Amino acid sequence: MAFIPHMSADVSAMLRTIGVASIDELFDEIPPELAAAELHDVPEPLNEMQIGRLMRERARTDGAPLVFVGAGAYEHHIPAAVWALAARGEFYTSYTPYQAEASQGTLQVIYEFQTMIASLTGLEVANASLYDGASALAEAALMAVRANRRSTSKRLLVPTTVHPHYRGVLETIAAPQGLTFDPLPYAANGGIDAAALARGETADCAAIVLQQPNFFGALEDVDAITDWAHAKGMLVIAVVNPVSLALLKPPGAWGTEGADIVVGEGQPLGVPLASGGPYFGFMATRRSYVRSMPGRIVGRTLDRVGRVGYTLTLQAREQHIRRAKATSNICTNQGLLVTAATIHLSLLGAEGLARTAAACHARTRALIERLCRLPGVGRRFAGPYFHEVVLSFDRPVAPLLERLARAGIVGGYDLSRHYPELGHALLVCATETKTEADLERYQQALAQALQDAPSARRQP
Amino acid sequence: MTEIPEDLQYTEAHEWLRRRADGLVEIGVTDHAQSALGDLVFVELPAVGRALRAGEACAVVESVKSASDVYAPLSGEVVEANAALEKTPETINQDPYRAGWMIRVRPSPQGETSPTLSAAQYRRLLDEQRR
Amino acid sequence: MSPTEPTVFEIGAPGRGATDQWPEATPAEALDDLPAALLRGSRAALPEVGELDAVRHFTRLSQRNFCIDTQFYPLGSCTMKYNPKACHQYAMLPEFLARHPLAPDSSGQGVLACLYELQEILKAATGLAAVSLAPMAGAQGEFAGVSMIRAYHTSRGDHARDELIVSEAAHGTNPATASMCGYTVRELPVAEDGDADLEALRAAVGPRTAGIMLTNPSTLGVFERQIGEIERIVHAAGGLLYYDGANLNAILGRVRPGDMGFDVMHMNLHKTFATPHGGGGPGAGAVAVNARLEPFLPVPLVGRDGSAYRLLDERERPQSIGRLSAFAGNVGVLLRAYVYVRMLGRTGLRAVGEHATLNANYLLARLRAIGYEPAYPERRASHEFLITLRREARELEVTAMDVAKRLLDYGFHAPTTYFPLLVPECLLIEPTETESKATLDAFAEAMARILEEARREPQQLRSAPHSLPVQRLDDVRAAKQLDLTWQAPAAAPAPPSG
Repeated sequence: MAFIPHMSADVSAMLRTIGVASIDELFDEIPPELAAAELHDVPEPLNEMQIGRLMRERARTDGAPLVFVGAGAYEHHIPAAVWALAARGEFYTSYTPYQAEASQGTLQVIYEFQTMIASLTGLEVANASLYDGASALAEAALMAVRANRRSTSKRLLVPTTVHPHYRGVLETIAAPQGLTFDPLPYAANGGIDAAALARGETADCAAIVLQQPNFFGALEDVDAITDWAHAKGMLVIAVVNPVSLALLKPPGAWGTEGADIVVGEGQPLGVPLASGGPYFGFMATRRSYVRSMPGRIVGRTLDRVGRVGYTLTLQAREQHIRRAKATSNICTNQGLLVTAATIHLSLLGAEGLARTAAACHARTRALIERLCRLPGVGRRFAGPYFHEVVLSFDRPVAPLLERLARAGIVGGYDLSRHYPELGHALLVCATETKTEADLERYQQALAQALQDAPSARRQP
Repeated sequence: MTEIPEDLQYTEAHEWLRRRADGLVEIGVTDHAQSALGDLVFVELPAVGRALRAGEACAVVESVKSASDVYAPLSGEVVEANAALEKTPETINQDPYRAGWMIRVRPSPQGETSPTLSAAQYRRLLDEQRR
Repeated sequence: MSPTEPTVFEIGAPGRGATDQWPEATPAEALDDLPAALLRGSRAALPEVGELDAVRHFTRLSQRNFCIDTQFYPLGSCTMKYNPKACHQYAMLPEFLARHPLAPDSSGQGVLACLYELQEILKAATGLAAVSLAPMAGAQGEFAGVSMIRAYHTSRGDHARDELIVSEAAHGTNPATASMCGYTVRELPVAEDGDADLEALRAAVGPRTAGIMLTNPSTLGVFERQIGEIERIVHAAGGLLYYDGANLNAILGRVRPGDMGFDVMHMNLHKTFATPHGGGGPGAGAVAVNARLEPFLPVPLVGRDGSAYRLLDERERPQSIGRLSAFAGNVGVLLRAYVYVRMLGRTGLRAVGEHATLNANYLLARLRAIGYEPAYPERRASHEFLITLRREARELEVTAMDVAKRLLDYGFHAPTTYFPLLVPECLLIEPTETESKATLDAFAEAMARILEEARREPQQLRSAPHSLPVQRLDDVRAAKQLDLTWQAPAAAPAPPSG
């Protein structure tokens, strides 16, 4: 029971060695009034066959809809080898690699991962990962305030084109340390309002957050904004989709000097959607900021007989040494997900990743061409995009999504809650996993939903 | 045996002070401190021109397994920082009282000073801590 | 085993790739709407390997790891118990993996039912009123818990409380978390017998006290017997009690943090609830609170209307401390914990705490008989215990680290070393309930042989390990000559330009 291997003879022998009569006696230092009653609210045990049946039933309940939503998590093909390897017990059940000699596998994987992230983002160094993209942004904000020597400000410019959930996490995690966030509006093209920047109303700020592609899927004018921010003494925190970097200019090459800190959601690199996690956040920066960077970092070194080996390094930044003065309270990276991503990127290589990115763009382009043929449907913003687009409708989106869901389609992300000013707006996404037949099915289902759902005219 | 030059002043936080003829005060960490920290891998120094208040953390010395703040033993302005340490932090291990100096401070006229110890007092402190 | 494995960048060949995994090429005209100024100029420097190259490389790397599936991990405070295979298999069902986090609740009733029931079971197991599964790791659970303490005081207009009391034996995350939440840390000393110094606590509390963070059993491997008095002192001063769930495995099913008077706690599901460590993550750090902190729980929560489950966010939870992740936390980890806790059931939960304690006390008795010195010889071990090698360090010049490294040669992962900091030359040993008597005996025998070696040939220990792919690594070189990314030897190390 409970994965405990003891037979009663073992227990008796062990109690004899300890010199007590019963297991109860081992708890004799605990005040008796604290003894818990039986846990009636916890169900009786299930054996493996029973729990297997329950879980399969529940999984069946969830079904397998066709997904056209992105908004921070993206469906991609994951090569079979990725999880066949990552789920090996040697990766899956190992501990944080504090004992370097007994963890060379995990450590070398992380070193390879850091190399891949640095190369994709165009920066010099990367860490071993953070919890997810949103919490990585919060850590980047705190880091920017520490690292910016030209400004003592704790204010950051955060455009409203940054993922609303990321902005929420930023507030939760970074506000308790006194950081404040000034919103920047977006313009008619769906990108940051250049006129608002030009007005120069921004007081002294430590950094600007720049998401590319932004939450609307639109491509920001990253070169101009990066140069503008640097001229104002701010650091530039880039938030990027790693798949898009196969196609788009890496943050290290934005503007004249490049972005200073790059973070993003690693999920598109071999991690299943799984209702939101576990994912991993990645972070890269300039070499000169490495000591301000939170999280684990692996370095390559030599052992006492001169063999190459890998070890956690720069640990003096971390909580187990610096305690109250650490760069963050973070202990773990997302080791298993990083292992999957490293294998994923190895299998894809630059060419495979570029093909994936190109296919995503092409599929999304084909999807919106189809959907915009439907009455009352159009693009909300005209500018360039990667693999997500905001569509506008002549009637509320929620009833349409409900109808699509009944047809087995997750049709997109309803923007009315976070962006009511956009009217009836839907964020849609298609990745390389979608076939022409899938697009056709979505188009027909939406056409049907539009016929059935009340229009704005009929519901003034 | 740990070295404790007679002509310097010390703090309980294992820093030393040298009062120079030009009125500046040179500050570093003691031989005992460097040996307790082990091989230093990084030193972070305050910017020249920074105004220090007595007792505030003004520098960091870091070894592989530990990091320690260096506290300003007196109020004043940082006039010079030993930038060479940023490339060769091991200088503090090798020569803590000379080449391993960290900052030179011009004391502010009315500024307070943390209590300092003589060499003999500091030696006594180390003896007590050993017991 | 080969002494070195080249990096993945050094195997394969230019132009090679796992082409069967790639999507088909897209015609260039499909990209003609993208402005050239926003495009990447040169390819990223990623590996160029075939599938079999990659499979062999990563399989060989895996073989350079210790792991629970192959080794005993007596890592104190880490609860490295067996990770049941069923938990993995049933969390990896294709429908669970394919579900998008923003898909409607109606297409997630299966997964949401599991999460809702997990919340309920954790409430019962901790004796607290409400649970949020949102935190993605223990440290994030701590952050959420302390943020709730802060939100509670703020909601009452009590702005003077800016100090958190943290034991000097606490895990480093406790003070780091307190700082992240804007608090000043006051360290609480530990008395000779391993319990908290109550006089110091009485002196420390006051109108500035926001709360205290405690682990019980403590990181010294003993149960804090004065917990009742601590609770009275802190609550009387207006502070709240935070329970660090790192050591929950010790008391699972026997004592509940809520019954001890704690207001808020986090659980490390990757410790107590058997989810895998994955080489350093993912974890999950569910938080539980009593009724007065319930409004502040991080979102999302899983709620139930009749028979339908749904995620509750800021709209339903206006006083929440907010979001901690982009979506709903580490759902895949939560599903594993759910499978585990359903298999345990109410009887299994209790058996865990009891047998974890039995194993620790047995191993302590064995090691003591061999000649190792317990740090707290008068105390009962909890689910873990501390031994100190100060005598060996003094007399034989052999350190705790040397013993730990030598254990690797004997095929055991090292215990936690040099933590807590206040016990010199210590090893913190936690066997967990899933290890058999035979494994504990084998470990004790290895420890006996190591003690013998320490006396006869200490050099064997000082230069250990000898049988692993590498010997002790030069940490100073690693920190001073930072080599964090692989560079092609001939090529210039310039980052790719746009």
